[in-house]
Parts: sequence; C-alpha cells; structure tokens
Amino acid sequence: MITKRIIPCLDVKNGRVVKGVNFKGLADVSDPVELAAFYSASGADELVFYDITASAEGRALFTDVLTRVAATVFIPLTVGGGINTVEDFDRVLKCGADKVSVNSGAIRDPGLIAAAARRYGDQCVVLSVDAKRVNGSYHVFAKGGREDTGLDAIEWVRRGVADGAGEIVLNSIDTDGVKQGFDLEMLCAVCDAVDVPVIASGGAGSVQDFVSLFKALPKVDAGLAASIFHFGEVAIPDLKQALAAAGVPMRLI
Amino acid sequence: MVAIVDYGVGNLFSLRSSFAAIGREVQVTGDPDVLAKAGRLVLPGVGAFGDAAAALRKSGLDKAVLAAAEAGKPLLGICLGMQLLLEKSFEYGEHKGLGLIPGEVRPIREVIPPGLKAPHIGWNALALTQEGRACGLFKNTKEGDCVYFVHSYWAASPAPCVLATAEYGAPLTAAVGRGNVLGVQFHPEKSGSAGLAILRAFCEMEVGG
Repeated sequence: MITKRIIPCLDVKNGRVVKGVNFKGLADVSDPVELAAFYSASGADELVFYDITASAEGRALFTDVLTRVAATVFIPLTVGGGINTVEDFDRVLKCGADKVSVNSGAIRDPGLIAAAARRYGDQCVVLSVDAKRVNGSYHVFAKGGREDTGLDAIEWVRRGVADGAGEIVLNSIDTDGVKQGFDLEMLCAVCDAVDVPVIASGGAGSVQDFVSLFKALPKVDAGLAASIFHFGEVAIPDLKQALAAAGVPMRLI
Repeated sequence: MVAIVDYGVGNLFSLRSSFAAIGREVQVTGDPDVLAKAGRLVLPGVGAFGDAAAALRKSGLDKAVLAAAEAGKPLLGICLGMQLLLEKSFEYGEHKGLGLIPGEVRPIREVIPPGLKAPHIGWNALALTQEGRACGLFKNTKEGDCVYFVHSYWAASPAPCVLATAEYGAPLTAAVGRGNVLGVQFHPEKSGSAGLAILRAFCEMEVGG
C-alpha cells in the first residue's frame, strides 16, 4: 500500500529560507541545508523548495543550495519557482531535483508541460495551481495569487494532465493562511477530474486538519504545508503517528 | 571502490552522493578499464527500456557489466537498471535485456486493479521473501521498511529470483537477485535511511557471494 505523503515546503530567497523558522537544536534556522536535514530526519516524505528570488544572482544561490541539499538529504526533492522553460528544468534537475513544479510558466507558455514531459517523463513534471472561487467556479490565479487569469481550474488541471503533468499541487487561495483546514470541496473537484496524484496545499492549521483531509478524501495523495511545520506548531513525527493511529497509511521511521 | 556505470542516461548526482554519504569510495564512469578494476558495480537507469538498452550496448559497457557479473562481483541494478538485468521488456515494443536474471518486464497495468493509478509512485513497504531474508543485501532491512518507487513496468520473474515485493493491488517485484547479481525496482538513493541501509549492505557483500 502506497503511504500518504507529508511534505514541508521551504521558500528560499537569496539562498536562505524565508518565513521565520524557530526550532530548538538548529544552529541556523534559515539555512536550507540544515533545515532539509532536520525535516528528513523527522520523517518528511518529500521536500519542496520554492525559489522566490527574482535576480540572476539569487538564482545561482538557489541552485547552489539545491546541490548541497541533494548531496546530504536522500528523499525526493521537488523544485518550483521561476520555471519558465525546459532549460529551467534542466538547470534544477542537474542539481539533484527529482521533480519540477510549474505554475505561472505553464500559463505563459502552454507548450511547456508537454515539452518537459517528453524530455524528462511525466513523473518529473508537477503542475502547481493557485485557485480561488470566483462567481461559483474555480479560477486559476497567476503571479503568486494576485492576478485572475480567468482560466477554469478544473479545465486547467485536466489539460495539464493530458499534456503530461504527472502530479497536481492544488493550493486553494480561499483557505491559504486561514489555518482552518484544507479546501476539501475544491480538492474533491480536482481529484474527480484527474487520475494522477493530487497534493493538497493551503489551510492546514493542526494535526486534525490532516486527519480530516485524508479521511474525507482518500484520493488525495499528500498534504503540503509550510509555516505550521516551520513554526513548530505541528511536529512531523507527532503528525504521522496521529495519522497512522487514525488508519491512514504512513511511513513511520 | 563502487563504480556507477555511466552510459549517458539519467542524472547520477544523487546516487553518487548517497554512496559518498555512507563513506564509500565511488566513481561515476563510462571507462571499461575503470569498471574492470572496480570491486562492485551499480547499473542505474531512467527513461524507456529500449532507449537505455540501446545506449548501454552502443557504449559497449554491456560487456563490462556482463564481465563483472561473470567475475562474481556484486552488481546492483537500480530501477530501469534492474529491469535491464532481465531477459526482455515489453515497454513500447519488445526489447532484449542482459539476461542475467530470468524473467521479463511488463506493464503494471496488467496486474493492478483498474482503480489504481499508474505509475506506481511513492513510498511503499517492502515484503521480503524467504530468499530476500537470506540475502545479504537486506541484512539491515526490516520487514515493512518503506522505500521510494517510481515505475510503470515491473519485473515478472520466477519466484526463487524475487527477493522482495511491494503491495499495490498486486505484489509487485521490488527486488530480484541471482547470486551476485541484484536489482531493486525502488530508488535506495531516495529512500532515506532505509535506502542508505540497503546501499551499505550492498557495499559489504563479498565478491563471489
């Protein structure tokens, strides 16, 4: 039985993890390499690194960080942020990424997913979608959730999977940051539309939110969160024990 | 020294790093002389079987792999590298493998129930067979240890060669072996401490055994 995955997401800017992180026993809480090793030892099933730098200099720092993480942490690594071309895939895969997540890049260039999937395989391409309710339907938002593209999110993920996306990350803007639980309604609609793994993102505030997610939607494959892990509000070993106790298949280490 | 056979497919950064992390001398090489001198070989692989088999033959390194197997050196195929050890594959046509382990590579769709997604991707628990429990490769592995899989095809091999399976609506072959020739469908270099424990055990296997 495939286990459900718990995935911390790290935003990296100029080579440092942003969003204040506070862990006991970590000398440098914003060092991505140290934090990645900590999460891996805690039982994280995968790590997502999101490059939020805009400058070329920051990009170079990011790939340097990625290389150092991949040399010390031996779990799957997904990279997103600033992925606009197949060359961007190449750049991060060479540094040890296993999967590459596209978001705005796929909106700007509708051929990107198909081109990347042809070269690296479907399993390598993750379509990340920021979606929000607009007039009774789900719209895809671009530019970090600031701009309504008018695209229907359900149609968008269907098209992405048809083009070769091997996995979907659905981030609900409606629940993101609210910490009242994942957007089960929106996730259900996406799970029904595609037959590739769906990763839930946005809204986790407690252990119970993850239990509700996997109990209500057995088709969801993974739960992703950032600040609740970074701030120590939810400890991954406790979370995975609680999920296992609730009957959710978990990798326990 | 562990030599990772570099025949031009895939990215070997994580694999090389994982051997370095367990303190083993490791070299990624496409040089037959270096492979001949190495104590043990790792055959990696990603992508489609036909392309990889052709690349391995074109590089001439298939001979180096067969020679190492013949010499009794521990040889570990990983993912598609494991599948290449078998006799043939039915991935987009029919392609010949190295024939070091009996069996053939077939789509998992043929054996898993319709509701399940293919590829089989994620962390799954290992179930060791009697042969697997007796094999040095798994001396540090506990029943139920989870490892990371990404594959759409599986190795249909006769029972004595199957060392471990993973349950995905059907018991999919997770590891095969015959003597010193071993293969794992999963990625030990992406399987956390459970994966490193398997690589460590591989490095401790004796030549000829």
